[in-house]
Amino acid sequence: MKKVYINGLGNISCQKTFDSVFLEEVVVETDENVLTAKEPVYKDYILPGASRRMAKGVKNGIVASAIAMKEANVSTLDAIITGTGLGCIEDSEKFLKSIIDNKEEFLTPTSFIQSTHNTVGGQIALGLQCKAYNFTYVNGGISFESALLDAKMQLETEESETILVGGIDESADFTTNFFKIAKVIKSDNEKNSSILDQKTKGHIAGEGATFFILENKKTANTYAEIASISFVNRLDPNQIESQIESFLAENLLAVKDIDAVILGINGDVDFDKYYEAISNNLFKNTAQIYYKHLSGDYHTASSFGVWVGSKILKLQEIPEIIRLNSVVKSNYKNVLIYNQYLGKDHSFLLLKQC
Amino acid sequence: MSKVAITGMGIISAIGNSVEENLNALLSGVSGISTIENIDTNHRNSIKVGEIKMTNLELSRLLDLPEDNNFSRTALLGLYAAKQAVKNAGIENSNEYKTGLISATSVGGMDMTERFFYDFIENEENRRYILINDAGDSSHKIADNLGINGIVTTISTACSSSANAIMLGARLIKSKQLERVIVGGTDALSKFTINGFKTLMILSDTFNTPFDNNRKGLNLGEAAAYLVLESDEIVQKEGKKVLAYVSGYGNANDAFHQTASSENGEGAFLAMEKALKLANLNPEDIDYINAHGTATQNNDLSEGRAIESVFGKNVPDFSSTKPFTGHTLAAAAAIEAVYSILALQKNIIFPNLNFKTKMEEFDLVPVTELKEKNIENVLSNSFGFGGNCSTVIFSKSK
Repeated sequence: MKKVYINGLGNISCQKTFDSVFLEEVVVETDENVLTAKEPVYKDYILPGASRRMAKGVKNGIVASAIAMKEANVSTLDAIITGTGLGCIEDSEKFLKSIIDNKEEFLTPTSFIQSTHNTVGGQIALGLQCKAYNFTYVNGGISFESALLDAKMQLETEESETILVGGIDESADFTTNFFKIAKVIKSDNEKNSSILDQKTKGHIAGEGATFFILENKKTANTYAEIASISFVNRLDPNQIESQIESFLAENLLAVKDIDAVILGINGDVDFDKYYEAISNNLFKNTAQIYYKHLSGDYHTASSFGVWVGSKILKLQEIPEIIRLNSVVKSNYKNVLIYNQYLGKDHSFLLLKQC
Repeated sequence: MSKVAITGMGIISAIGNSVEENLNALLSGVSGISTIENIDTNHRNSIKVGEIKMTNLELSRLLDLPEDNNFSRTALLGLYAAKQAVKNAGIENSNEYKTGLISATSVGGMDMTERFFYDFIENEENRRYILINDAGDSSHKIADNLGINGIVTTISTACSSSANAIMLGARLIKSKQLERVIVGGTDALSKFTINGFKTLMILSDTFNTPFDNNRKGLNLGEAAAYLVLESDEIVQKEGKKVLAYVSGYGNANDAFHQTASSENGEGAFLAMEKALKLANLNPEDIDYINAHGTATQNNDLSEGRAIESVFGKNVPDFSSTKPFTGHTLAAAAAIEAVYSILALQKNIIFPNLNFKTKMEEFDLVPVTELKEKNIENVLSNSFGFGGNCSTVIFSKSK
């Protein structure tokens, strides 16, 4: 079986993560509970006429994938695999609103067409004239990890050599409001001074498009090896430690072999308990990292976490802004990424230095 | 290992609430296309649909769910069909083997979101439906109800979704990530999709007529179907009865237009070629094609051209079963997988109802009467928005 490498990255997020090195220009927002993506200059990548008709997620997906492909120096793909929690939700809302407001009359198809979950993957294929395998996963917090698993299987068996994988989600007004009502997103009067000190329900919301070129050969630009990926629909907080230990054991590793652990802590008092035990116990002597204060949380926010892990392994540094503790290693070889969404869809990813 | 065993199946569609009921309707030529009853839409009299004539409350009761459940219709239909599939495969303990669920949906919880969109803000009563809009919710509910703990994920590539769920499931078995996986799809009718397809002007105002020169568009439908795929080790160890095998599959992108297929059907051609290659079969080994055949101008021309490109002058018997069920979107490939397996088991080709006039662009004529013949391999096509083209090949269990 071939090994799988991350050879290119493109990240449009709520921080400046394109045209930058590694989080050297971040802003930790303290007034807003809903972060919005920093827009790239779309016209550098998409014809303005086409761009006007495109959903935000489609545009960000096209730009992030173009950056990843350029960095990896690839022009053809054997597969395009995306993950998204809600797809182009802004267009879904728009079409639904016009159905209700206009009582099913005078509708135009544009927003319906864009509302399909696989719009981003389809539009990237259309732009590249890529007739290859094209899948979209839509399973909450493991939408992106499903795409990674699919890609990994195809690269290991040499069915494919170069695959574009991405996680995309966009925020939209009504859905954001609904999430506030349901206390998935913190309500307006709760400031997010630090997600580490939060004692309230809900997370700080974000959006983004994070793309990766995965290949089964190492190149001069390789960031990391994706050694293993695993996800499970349900776990209790008290099962996390044993789940991680058995995941590591399957990879012939022990807790002490992990140099950095990246956690999906998001300031939600109901669900951060999933990270507590491993933070205070299992990995207390490991460099601990969090990132959702920068990215915000959304169904595919863990793709930002994988981006962070890839950068750490290549650059061998951890920016202060994402450190949870002060443990420093001289060499970061193995990075574990753990995430969950609303207590469901737990994912475990092992990245290795190349 | 090139083939993956299918050991169970379950289905609910406009032509029946079980595999047996669906088979009986297919054999007797009884269509499930009707006037819509469960959704209050302005388009009631200008469209026909493949609707399941059970209310959400009736489905909830059949599933023993509490009345204040927060299941979308998509989840109700999905659970109903998935339970049948698991029972059919004789599974008692869901976690005896490494088990997963790969489900497909395009509508997700939209049927509830569209009912309560403005109400959510005003009114507390229906807020339990807020978090079921995302497509993964129905998969989680099915997995929880079946007691599956493991790889649970959802695919949404429009109308090819459940073909892709079968594909991923087969891949997970082959790569030994899973020993058993339940694969399929579910989609309920919704105002959202009815109006969406209406704006694209591809809904017929009468019964759909695939591959007919005078076809007027598709009828939407709702359905769910699931297959149980199991590793050879389980089949041997437990002496499982194998219904059929998944022997090949392929996915390709047409990269032509967001909602229309290219006239020469290149994506469809590539998907069929990939599936044949993986199955190690030649075109002449295919005994029956269960076509996508939606009865839109665009699909049937594009698919027909692609079939001609793959099979040349020797196009095998083919039919579209959408005149029975309507186009059930993300569930289409899953229900048609069940029909393909039934074709293999019974050595019968189901008729393409409503066909009268051959299309002027080519000489392809579907099978229009029940036809008995030995069937070893069935090729099933499903194509979706975003240029998504999928083919799955099912082969007889020996």
